[in-house]
Amino acid sequence: MSSSVDKELESVVIRFAGDSGDGMQLTGTQFTNAAALFGNDLATFPDFPAEIRAPIGTLAGVSGFQIHFGSTKINTPGDMSDVLVVMNVAALKANLKGLVKGGVIIANSDGFDSKNMRLANVPEDQNPLTDGSLAEYDLKVIDVTKITRAALADSGLGTKEIDRCKNMFVLGLIYWMYHRSMDSSIEFIKSKFKKNEAVMTANLKVLQAGWSYGETTEMFANRYTVAPAKMNPGVYRSIMGNQAAALGLVSASVKSGLPLFYGTYPITPASDILHELSRHKNFNIKTFQAEDEIAAICSSIGASFGGNLAITGSSGPGIALKGEAIGLATMLELPLVIVNVQRAGPSTGLPTKTEQADLMQAYFGRNGECPVVILAAQSPVDCFNMAYEACRIALEHMIPVFFLSDGYIANGSEPWLFPQTKDLQDIKVEFAPERGNNDDKFMPYLRDEKLSRPWALPGTKGLEHRIGGLEKQNVTGNISYDPNNHEQMVLLRQEKLDRVADYIPLQTMDNGPETGDLLILGWGGTYGALKTATAILRGEGLNVSHAHLRYINPFPKNLGEILKGFKTVVVPELNNGQLVKIIRDKYFIDAIPYNKIQGLPFMSTEVVNKIKEILA
Amino acid sequence: METIEKLTSKDFASDQEVRWCPGCGDYSILKQVQTVLPDLGRPKEEFVFISGIGCSSRFPYYMDTFGMHSIHGRATAIATGLKATRPELSVWIITGDGDSMSIGGNHFIHMLRRNPDVNVLLFNNQIYGLTKGQYSPTSEQGKVTKSSPIGSVDYPFNPIALALGADATFVARTLDRDPKHQQAVIKRGYEHKGTSMVEIYQNCNVFNDGAFEVYTEKGTKKENILLMENGKPLIFGANDDKGIMLDGFKPIIVNLADVSANDLWIHDETDLVKATILSRFYDDPTHPDHKPRPFGVFYVNSNKNTFDELFNNQMDAAMAKGLGDLDKLIAGNETWVVN
Repeated sequence: MSSSVDKELESVVIRFAGDSGDGMQLTGTQFTNAAALFGNDLATFPDFPAEIRAPIGTLAGVSGFQIHFGSTKINTPGDMSDVLVVMNVAALKANLKGLVKGGVIIANSDGFDSKNMRLANVPEDQNPLTDGSLAEYDLKVIDVTKITRAALADSGLGTKEIDRCKNMFVLGLIYWMYHRSMDSSIEFIKSKFKKNEAVMTANLKVLQAGWSYGETTEMFANRYTVAPAKMNPGVYRSIMGNQAAALGLVSASVKSGLPLFYGTYPITPASDILHELSRHKNFNIKTFQAEDEIAAICSSIGASFGGNLAITGSSGPGIALKGEAIGLATMLELPLVIVNVQRAGPSTGLPTKTEQADLMQAYFGRNGECPVVILAAQSPVDCFNMAYEACRIALEHMIPVFFLSDGYIANGSEPWLFPQTKDLQDIKVEFAPERGNNDDKFMPYLRDEKLSRPWALPGTKGLEHRIGGLEKQNVTGNISYDPNNHEQMVLLRQEKLDRVADYIPLQTMDNGPETGDLLILGWGGTYGALKTATAILRGEGLNVSHAHLRYINPFPKNLGEILKGFKTVVVPELNNGQLVKIIRDKYFIDAIPYNKIQGLPFMSTEVVNKIKEILA
Repeated sequence: METIEKLTSKDFASDQEVRWCPGCGDYSILKQVQTVLPDLGRPKEEFVFISGIGCSSRFPYYMDTFGMHSIHGRATAIATGLKATRPELSVWIITGDGDSMSIGGNHFIHMLRRNPDVNVLLFNNQIYGLTKGQYSPTSEQGKVTKSSPIGSVDYPFNPIALALGADATFVARTLDRDPKHQQAVIKRGYEHKGTSMVEIYQNCNVFNDGAFEVYTEKGTKKENILLMENGKPLIFGANDDKGIMLDGFKPIIVNLADVSANDLWIHDETDLVKATILSRFYDDPTHPDHKPRPFGVFYVNSNKNTFDELFNNQMDAAMAKGLGDLDKLIAGNETWVVN
């Protein structure tokens, strides 16, 4: 029996890494669920290659999943991992630099044989498990493949199927190390393989074998406990960003009383929104997988004309194709939500890696003067809020709205103190009423106090009218080539967008006072890293505040006031400086850009160092 | 049953001045559509005309119905989204050869394969008119235009063959200069459940004048037009003196002096193979052995479910038990409580 000693930790970062086919994403999400159910706060970061099955054993094929869980507030998946699980030498090579010195390495020795060494381009005589190069780490070598095969020798399964259970051994062992209940994973396996009992039994057996291995060997001197976090009371669930976005859209549909139409074309990392929505037809959710990105948005425009809550979703390359149709929606002044789950570009770029480089595309990426409302989610959970907001604004203002997410928060997960639908803000929609023969002629571009025009559905008596991409006369909507009318219409469309500022919340400070030496002004998915960095900086006595923008066009009305209150404003972004240009232009302040363009999120330590450098 | 006030063609004319060039074939098509619609027995608010870009695409502005003049090539996609969500509407797509065969080619074929119950009027003038005269994807090879001063090297698309290849369920051809034929074909297209694709030969008297004159002028038309009528033999010629026979899969022209009309090819709209052969009667009319150009309905398939039906059947089945419980959906399967 193991004589391990329990140690209490505040938080832990574990990184699971292996070949794309090793099931590391599944292992990670299973552990995430267990940690969430236990009551830890957490954040996760799946990091996988664009290829579904890159060449086995190579660096290009390494797939990773990082989870940061703790008994305190967790804002990010962690800068460095404390524990690194590697299924082969390529996974070690790719991830060692992200492991803290002295950290634990759990290595599957079978993945370090001569074939794997060759595939990972590691010279035969430099096997890291034996050459002493890992001396400053706590190295645990286990032949996971051999144990798994032994455990399933009598299972009747083939070697290939048996080897696919290896990840369950690792999961069982990590459950043992952190005193986690395996119940949620047992339930998961039972349900996932209910049609294949042999595979179900095998997975359960190997999961148990992993646990028992920790229990019976002398390899592990310590087991760890991480107490539940002190979180706001209430009922929680775990959620990923794309899933949250989909639920936000469904909620807006239900609350507005309108059927939802989602016209889209598959693209990484946005497709999961389609997958989620397509399962919820019983909420009057219609999904349409179009022949291309242009048809996706155009079908949505058709659905919006017909009175649906219309949404199109994509990532940067697809948004580029939708540009002309976004312009059309702006001219038609119909409600439309455009979801962009950003990924690293330009062109195909790094499809599975995160970036915030589509802000200018959202702002300016169309011909002519074509302002579009822009909202950005700051965390996986916030995808729910901002997707909902995007629908609310689109419907209430008859205007296209961009909802920006990114690959990092789209695939990341965190606990969610989810709302009750009765507490969600109402969404008020009115269609133009039918008219009789004695009524005045219907005016499709007659505006209300928000400057929005009536939503007049085909099929409504007396509302026959034509809309289109040609410039139109205000009020009547007839084609007009009048020079002054065109200028008036351009200004009206801008003013209509500007007035949205009267219907969104004022900017708040996330941390620190509204005046001071330095303001960290962020937007989108960098929220967690900036929040942690600000807490560290303030903890060290520095006069630093953090505000995070979620409403980017128009900005909250008080943003200018806030910016004036600081000697220095720093704008960290995962791009080559986009928001910072808009801020400088609009508020005439010498905001300092801080950029990272590596397809990876910020580490809080990087931000801390950069801010200190600026303050020095 | 509620009686619908009988509408007239005037009821379908909007108050906007029609701005096509004088003599344009589009006028005739507008007139025929405005003539047909009152006979369909539907209130006018149920009609929606969606167009792309091009001369023909100004059409919706002149109709006092719901309409959208959208962007180049995309009317098909917009109409698909509208019809999917509002299947009770009568949705019409107005497009041209550039709009549907070139920039919108992808949406065109995908709409046909899906088969939403919409009506396509494809104004084919074999030229880019709105951009002032460049060769189009249906222009004949060798066409001299502003953008092809020594002749275009591109082979033309055959819209009828393309539509049949994309599994269209209603494929027909008519022409601007024959109002009665046009009205009859448009009406049949409307009555078809599924996408009806009606190609209309339309003269652009400014940039491609006379493109179809062999099919419209008294002296030549009877020799060059094959009017297809379901269940009737394929007969043409100045004195109705010629017919088409099939020798295996090979169509041959015969003289009715030698062959009885009963032995001719009897047109069968439901026969895809024969419709495909007819669609390939696409020779250059100046070629000595050319076959006459067929007009009328090539093919009808009434057995294919429409996209809007299938799409909404799934919705109806999912919604049969009423709207889902949103609070349950948001909570998901696994929750925990923090006190």
